[in-house]
Amino acid sequence: MSTRKFILVPVFIATASVALAQSDTAKRTVAALPETLEATGERAPQPVPTSSAEDISDLAPENLRFGIGRPATEEQIAAIDIDVMPDGRGYPEGSGTYAEGEELYLQECSSCHGENLEGVADLGAPRLIGGRGSLASDAPVKTVESYWPYASTLFDYVHRAMPMQAPGSLSNDQVYAISAYILGRAGITSDNPDTTLDKQSMTEVEMPNADGFVPDPRDGSPEK
Amino acid sequence: MSHNERFPASRYGPVERKMAESLVELESRILAGETEEDCDCKEGMFNGLSRRGLLAGGLAMGGAALAGGRAAAEAPPGAQEYYVQPDPTKEQGRIILDDGGYGSRSQFENEVRWRYPTASLDSSWSMTPLASGHGVITPSGLHFERHHGGIPAIDPETHTLVLHGMVDQPMRFTMDDLKRLPAVSRLHFIECSGNGLTEWVEPTLKTVQGTHGLTSTSEWTGVRLSTVLEMAGIQDSAAWILAEGADAAVMTRSVPIDKAMDDAILAYAQNGEALRPEQGYPLRLLLPGYEGNTHIKWLRRLEVSDKPFMTREETSKYTDLMPDGTARQFSMEMDTKSVITFPSGAMKLPRAGFYEITGLAWSGRGAITRVEVSADGGQTWQEAQLEGPVLPKCHTRFRLPWTWTGEEAVLQSRAVDDTGSIQPTLQELVEVRGTKSVYHLNAIQSWHIAANGEVTNVHA
Repeated sequence: MSTRKFILVPVFIATASVALAQSDTAKRTVAALPETLEATGERAPQPVPTSSAEDISDLAPENLRFGIGRPATEEQIAAIDIDVMPDGRGYPEGSGTYAEGEELYLQECSSCHGENLEGVADLGAPRLIGGRGSLASDAPVKTVESYWPYASTLFDYVHRAMPMQAPGSLSNDQVYAISAYILGRAGITSDNPDTTLDKQSMTEVEMPNADGFVPDPRDGSPEK
Repeated sequence: MSHNERFPASRYGPVERKMAESLVELESRILAGETEEDCDCKEGMFNGLSRRGLLAGGLAMGGAALAGGRAAAEAPPGAQEYYVQPDPTKEQGRIILDDGGYGSRSQFENEVRWRYPTASLDSSWSMTPLASGHGVITPSGLHFERHHGGIPAIDPETHTLVLHGMVDQPMRFTMDDLKRLPAVSRLHFIECSGNGLTEWVEPTLKTVQGTHGLTSTSEWTGVRLSTVLEMAGIQDSAAWILAEGADAAVMTRSVPIDKAMDDAILAYAQNGEALRPEQGYPLRLLLPGYEGNTHIKWLRRLEVSDKPFMTREETSKYTDLMPDGTARQFSMEMDTKSVITFPSGAMKLPRAGFYEITGLAWSGRGAITRVEVSADGGQTWQEAQLEGPVLPKCHTRFRLPWTWTGEEAVLQSRAVDDTGSIQPTLQELVEVRGTKSVYHLNAIQSWHIAANGEVTNVHA
């Protein structure tokens, strides 16, 4: 290491700090230590949290009117309200075909779940199809086809958390298409390449194990 | 002046002394006008502090910089390797705040979480070393983990909680908002319902960390969920509430509204400080007594509805397959359970003699009222002493003095809670549920003590 390089290091750090401070998108990556009180050298306490509410004219803590928290706007809700329910609530607009899904599956899913949706145990990626009629056997096979009670769960989960290497990256159309492919391969919907799934048709899909679930009967007694 | 006089052992361990000596040598060479290239000191000599860092700031910072550069590589996680004095009564100990103001555990303590060898590192779990635990609190750094999409690093200044759905007024709270609302602190266990999943058919894992380490207890502080639900005003049709995390799994579970209004907490603190990142920093849901998966971490959204949302984690997973092929759903409460943590699997009792049997008992339905211990595989039982205060939905420590005669023994514990629920034998459990339900194994655990003192996991 030369002396020149050594001198350049602090200069670089100083420049970088200025650049960070000037950038609107700069985010802090750590907290600074508490400040020191000049008079005594003590550490300053944490700042008092500031409520986001603006109107404090009508406070009544005994009635839970704390003047804390703000109404959520429709935009704020819509930005993260991604869940889909079995009765169709929450499905976004859009559609996708089995053929599109097949292509997408091979690109986005097959490296973990296998080319034939058979799963890859070494990656922890489960098998997606097959296993019908096995649930009461000594070797139950739990897949989307054999076990999952609602098609909405498939859409919701792929949309929010798949693929593992880029979760949440698929468009609504792409998720419809991948759903059409998986459900088609499972023999639940048609495997005709033109088979199209959308909000309406997804809601109408009947899963083989829809009636396979019972409410939890446990009450702490030995017979349950 | 010799080096030993300049850097006395009372203040400098061998590592620090070497660094200080090198620094002085370097300083004298620079002052004598020698160029850097002439110096025989090398990168790495300062053992954690780069030479660049030393030159830039080390001289001015003095002792603090030296201490900060101490090699920690050989100390266990969470510990620093400090100079061990031959006689601590004859030398000053290390200086105060040498740790920067946030302490560390002794360099002689080495308990760590153990990761179950799942194929994926992103979706995996780690287990609490129960065998070495004391009392009922789990150190935050040893609390078990279960992640489905890694551990996000979230700045609390940008994190918000949105509450919407069947409420009169959808609300959005910043972390500052939540910290301004009335708070509660409660001691509760969290247990993953998969705790023990390897043990249905035959004894598989060898230690109590492996068989039972997916349960931990902390003091949790936060806002009662009922407070914010009442602030927003829940509508008459409300029956379920979706909780959603801000991790890569965007983890979701549906929670009955009665539970949400009863004892649920929006927790931002654990054991007196902010949540650990792997426990959901800055905000997690706490549902006392419910299976761990429902305690959504990195909580960002709550949606009130009339029906459950049927997410992946409450259909495909966390449902319990019965022998007839049906599956139990929304099996939330963790059943009455206990385990002896000492002596436990893979230990070896060195010789016959006195041992205090100790362990943990807990129930997701209420408080533990009684724990019995057997040393003969369940033929006879003795009541153990419970450490008070015994709290509902919280680990309870039990103890029983025991003299091991050196003969074979099978240790078991059996807990009862205040609803009258008795911890079952594995055989009783399997008769009802078969061996394919994966979750909610709360059977009596057996530890076999061999004549040579070896303790093993057995089904007895």
